[in-house]
Amino acid sequence: MSDAIPEFSKAKSGDGQDVSLTNLSAFASGPGIQSGKEVAAIVAVAVIVIGGIELALRLFHVPLYIMPPPSSIAYALFDEFPLIAPHLGYTLVELLSGFAIGAAVGLVLAAVITQFPFAEKIVAPYILLLVTTPMLALVPLLILRFGFGYTPRIIAVALAAGPMVMINAATGFRRVDSAKIALARSYGASTLQIFWKIRAPMALPMILVGLMIGAIFGLLTAVGAEMVGGGFGLGNRLTTYSSMIQMPQFFAVVLILSMLGILIYVLFFLIGKKWASWEA
Amino acid sequence: MNAGDITTPKLGVQAATKIYHTASGDLLALDRCSLDVKTNEIVSIVGPSGCGKTTLLWSMSGLHGLTSGEIRLDGKAITGPHPDIGIVFQEANLLPWRNLDANIRFPFEIKGEKPDRAWIAHLLNRVGLDGFGGKFPRELSGGMQQRAAIVRALALKPSVLLMDEPFGALDSFTREEMNRLVEEIWLDTKTTIVFITHSIEEAIFLSDRVVVLSARPGRVAKEYRVPFPRPRSLEIMATREVFDLTNRIKMDIVGERATPKAEQQRTSAEIVRIRP
Repeated sequence: MSDAIPEFSKAKSGDGQDVSLTNLSAFASGPGIQSGKEVAAIVAVAVIVIGGIELALRLFHVPLYIMPPPSSIAYALFDEFPLIAPHLGYTLVELLSGFAIGAAVGLVLAAVITQFPFAEKIVAPYILLLVTTPMLALVPLLILRFGFGYTPRIIAVALAAGPMVMINAATGFRRVDSAKIALARSYGASTLQIFWKIRAPMALPMILVGLMIGAIFGLLTAVGAEMVGGGFGLGNRLTTYSSMIQMPQFFAVVLILSMLGILIYVLFFLIGKKWASWEA
Repeated sequence: MNAGDITTPKLGVQAATKIYHTASGDLLALDRCSLDVKTNEIVSIVGPSGCGKTTLLWSMSGLHGLTSGEIRLDGKAITGPHPDIGIVFQEANLLPWRNLDANIRFPFEIKGEKPDRAWIAHLLNRVGLDGFGGKFPRELSGGMQQRAAIVRALALKPSVLLMDEPFGALDSFTREEMNRLVEEIWLDTKTTIVFITHSIEEAIFLSDRVVVLSARPGRVAKEYRVPFPRPRSLEIMATREVFDLTNRIKMDIVGERATPKAEQQRTSAEIVRIRP
């Protein structure tokens, strides 16, 4: 028998080395807004910053094509929104389907590969290659093969999100707490039960981090792929508006993309708060 | 109370030998260690650090295989985790993502059985945790977590309870409280208990028998009977008898620790040394 020597007095594996979701909460309602005073301060700073930019741009007669003032961006956002909205829809379709495919494959691979440390060692360099290669670089190739429709973009999003989900989820699944596994085994738990009742819940915080990073990488890749080719999507709007020097509209699209990113962040933050807050 | 007189021991350890194969070579953790635990008995195991106490307990639980030798429960050799053996781990070992109720339900979930609600309620009441079912482990003190772990270990009504330094992380007052709780539970259930500890006082207070293991490789170096009737009060801890017994055990352990060569054969009589 080659059992590990039981040594539990030491700090449990995983303690303190993981990025916990709640630690990422720098601005997404992290400390919670407490008083009217704080609200007033936040609003005041926002007014000063945005107002200051507006004032400076007008004062120094900065040309519209370099930097449009916030007021004209806000106006463009409302004015053009009916025209931009369908493109937002296209981008969301690419993001959601590509992310779903990539995340599903990444999760399954992470769960399987961490069960076989030997196989993991062999596969690791390729995973690293997938994580570090900007999948945007493959988009021209994908377009050549699949045309200008959804397909190359969804593939690119999946390729960008999948490895991010996988590498983080694998870190989560590798957090073996031998005492907890021993606990389950002492009741005669099967390997599958140990996976679902111990390993999966232990990995959940890292899985959520992976899903969040994967979704944000997916968004980047979707927009990038749209900029490379094809006649629709928010990325395509960016190239179109900039080529027509419609900078307020251009920045309106940028603003929508920022909102999407923040939405992804807040969504996973809330999920983490609900399901992985025990980690805090 | 010494419930002897039964020919088959409840839990029998026979010439248990355990070798760990580590990167830096083989490590002999237990060397032909033999020990019998009778039905309804409380036996504590003490010994110098790293002497194989936990290895012995894990082997008794069936979580570890032995390199050679045997563990017998009611006369039958066990080959893996056994439903009749409950374990209380170091540092409670509750699942942090489950609230207290769900933690205590855990053994039943694994077994695919319906939780015995009346029994759980009784146990929770016994350890003073009723009303805490919705709390998560992080919301409970160390002592409360360990109480919950005891309830979890007893939930399936095991006939043997193995406790692996369960109160090592607690402050001394909480520890005394927990010791009295263990005795109360024992008076209630008469579960056979094997208790591993670093604290000689704790071992004496709780046990019918204190077993001293030798330094690695672990074998039984000495055994002491603790004759006090139950329920025991903390006052007995101040008696001359307990004082003497504590010192003798302490000397045994110090002697074990002072032996330079682990492989060396030894009898406990030769190696008792006076602490400088």
